[in-house]
Amino acid sequence: MTGSPHVLRDRIDSYPTHQISGYGVRPGRHLPFGATLVPGGVNFSVYSSAATAVSLVLFRNGEPAPLAEIRIPEEFRIGGVWAITVFGLDYESVEYGFRVWGPESAHVADHFDPSRVLADPHARAISGRDEWGVPPDWQKPFQYRSKLAFDDFDWEGDRPLRIPMEDLVVYELHVRGFTRDDSSGVEMPGTYAGLVQKIPYLKSLGVNCVELMPIFEFDEFENSRLDPDTGELLLNYWGYSTVGFFAPKAGYAATGRFGMQCDEFKNLVKELHTAGIQVVLDVVFNHTAEGNEDGPTIHFRGLDNRTYYILTPEGYYYNFSGTGNTLNCNHPVVRDYVLSCLRYWASEYHIDGFRFDLAAILDRGEDGAPLADPPLLQALSYDPVLRDCLLIAEAWDAGGLYQLGSFPDYGRWSEWNGKYRDTVRRYLKGDVGTVSDLATRLVGSPDLYAHRETVASVNFITCHDGFTLADLVTYDDKHNEANGEGNRDGNDDNASWNCGVEGPTDDPDVQRLRVRQMKNAMLLLLTSQGIPMLLAGDEVGRTQGGNNNAYCHDSPLSWFDWSLVDRDVELLDFVRNCIEFRGAHQVIRARAHPTGKDELGIGYPDISWHGVRAWTPDWSHDSHLLGLLRVGVTEAGVADFVYQVFNSHWEGHDVELPELPPGVRWHLFADTLAPPPGDACAPGREAILMNQQAIRVGPRSAVVLVGRGTG
Amino acid sequence: MSFRADLRHDGGVALIKLDGALDALSAPVFRDRIKRAAEHPVRLLVLDMANVNYLSSAGLRTLVYARQKMRDGSRITIVGANDVIQRTIQLMGFQYGMEFGDGIP
Repeated sequence: MTGSPHVLRDRIDSYPTHQISGYGVRPGRHLPFGATLVPGGVNFSVYSSAATAVSLVLFRNGEPAPLAEIRIPEEFRIGGVWAITVFGLDYESVEYGFRVWGPESAHVADHFDPSRVLADPHARAISGRDEWGVPPDWQKPFQYRSKLAFDDFDWEGDRPLRIPMEDLVVYELHVRGFTRDDSSGVEMPGTYAGLVQKIPYLKSLGVNCVELMPIFEFDEFENSRLDPDTGELLLNYWGYSTVGFFAPKAGYAATGRFGMQCDEFKNLVKELHTAGIQVVLDVVFNHTAEGNEDGPTIHFRGLDNRTYYILTPEGYYYNFSGTGNTLNCNHPVVRDYVLSCLRYWASEYHIDGFRFDLAAILDRGEDGAPLADPPLLQALSYDPVLRDCLLIAEAWDAGGLYQLGSFPDYGRWSEWNGKYRDTVRRYLKGDVGTVSDLATRLVGSPDLYAHRETVASVNFITCHDGFTLADLVTYDDKHNEANGEGNRDGNDDNASWNCGVEGPTDDPDVQRLRVRQMKNAMLLLLTSQGIPMLLAGDEVGRTQGGNNNAYCHDSPLSWFDWSLVDRDVELLDFVRNCIEFRGAHQVIRARAHPTGKDELGIGYPDISWHGVRAWTPDWSHDSHLLGLLRVGVTEAGVADFVYQVFNSHWEGHDVELPELPPGVRWHLFADTLAPPPGDACAPGREAILMNQQAIRVGPRSAVVLVGRGTG
Repeated sequence: MSFRADLRHDGGVALIKLDGALDALSAPVFRDRIKRAAEHPVRLLVLDMANVNYLSSAGLRTLVYARQKMRDGSRITIVGANDVIQRTIQLMGFQYGMEFGDGIP
């Protein structure tokens, strides 16, 4: 068929109706909010419940004085939404903001201030911190400037991966810290583009989901300070303080100074997806970078303070986040804002899921009290755009609300399982009274998630917040002196054990024990039901010198040291094998909690518990040894037997093995006491055990066996 | 600042020589040349960027436009792009389906 399709070449709204401040304008479209390219111009839309006047302030890139200020005519307003289309803008060289006037008799909690220019809460890109670590000019009247962003990236057919949750192995990383160290060898260290170059490493490790610490625009100079003792510049390195909820951090882009961070980040997502790796974003909706009464006015405070924040009757900020303010998430306007933000990231950036920082705040009502049926969580749970996204809650907040296992999940949310972390840590260091709780953690924490599947539990032993795995076995106590607060900050209760010497040591026995403890931890984590999450660098023993709160360090202290990848091959190979082993045994990944019944009708329950004697678990207070036999089927439909024995006792034990069906023999996958390559073999190449009746499990060691037919 | 984009055909090869800053203002000119280049059967499109001193987001997009406009099986070669421009194209992942060359073949 020939002939050109009908194209609307000349929309009748692509011409100005008014001239203001030298620009042709016309009444704008009120939706969508933010700045949008339209034929011939740019449409701006912003809302405020009480503003009496709004003007659009335009700047040329980086210039202190405005290029133009366009008062939005009152007749362009519908409801509380002010919208204007401006023609003839060079949209690549323009930054914008809003000046907002409030009523004469403003409420005590209003903070309208027409002497300031506000950022657009819907800004798709923000300039002002375009290059990481370049000290800002604080004299500049308008720090964080809104920019337009293109939405026409060439995805080449990419879309979110939708890997089954039970198959995920999550890897938590900091975009900058992952490649910033010179040892990374990437072309553009510390950037989205740099991370692209490390995708082959992630693939070879075997993880299939990265959880990126905050990448929404934040200001690394927020509360920046010099360490009084060392003079070192301390920054907000982690970035849990959002400036722009719709904008990827420009300073993480090699091309941020050209304003191309959106495309560079999209390219990262596309490349990760091509490699079969999902992208989960760590998002912070519990508070904003505006802080408390003394904080900066960025956007919400000057637009609609009473709408966006939870306030006391006197107009002060509630501080459930521990960082100055609390976002009023269950106000209908704020709820819509959060929802539209996540929809934007899921659709525009193909993001596969979100981890919500201090998520318990999200179910607090406007008076701060927890709601039984919080509208925000409900809306997120049932949203069509987010339907396939992972939703992961950090189910507590800094205001004392602790909801592990009781977070309103709508059958949809997973949780960072803090209890998994605590139990496994205490078990590993040899605490008594931990074995029965450990058993519960190994099978997906049915005590917390009985009404859910195992994938409700994101299992982790370490994360960005706290000790790294290497430090967990090297330090009894935190060593946060470098944070400049006299070692008072950070968690005091780490359930860590230094294996006999505080800090680094030349003692080979201590060194061997530490490596073994790290292997025990990794083996436990990767053979537990639930979604395992690793902290980047733990697979090669990355240390922070005992610092368990490295939020302010943009330095080798917090960066991934890539020389470890060559030096610590032993641990890295071990972890790789464990991840592969997990992939080879769906009985470990099973979504259903085991029942203890003979589900397959082959004479074995799907889970059974054992001790030094088979079928005789030792649940006593002083017990340190636990054996569990998982029985399921392989993907090929063959019966699969996986036997795990963990021994946190300082002495070794001869452990009797459960008897297998005829023709099936025990083969050894891992023994953390054995030196490599005997510590863990390539899955599928497990060697048959000479003694099928019993195995020696060394002091503070673990073994994993598989039952396989010999024919 | 002026921008020029000159198109020349030589058998199955089309050459577009660019001069100036390739940004939102100049991109439509470049897009027009790509469109005209694609009106002929072209097996190779050469973009001479030796005299391009600035490449913006909008400018980058014209490269994707070029790739989409050219028929399957035809190649695009960028020659003379300075290091910053070449690197920017690569960092953004816009280099697929394109080659970088030193000189005009």
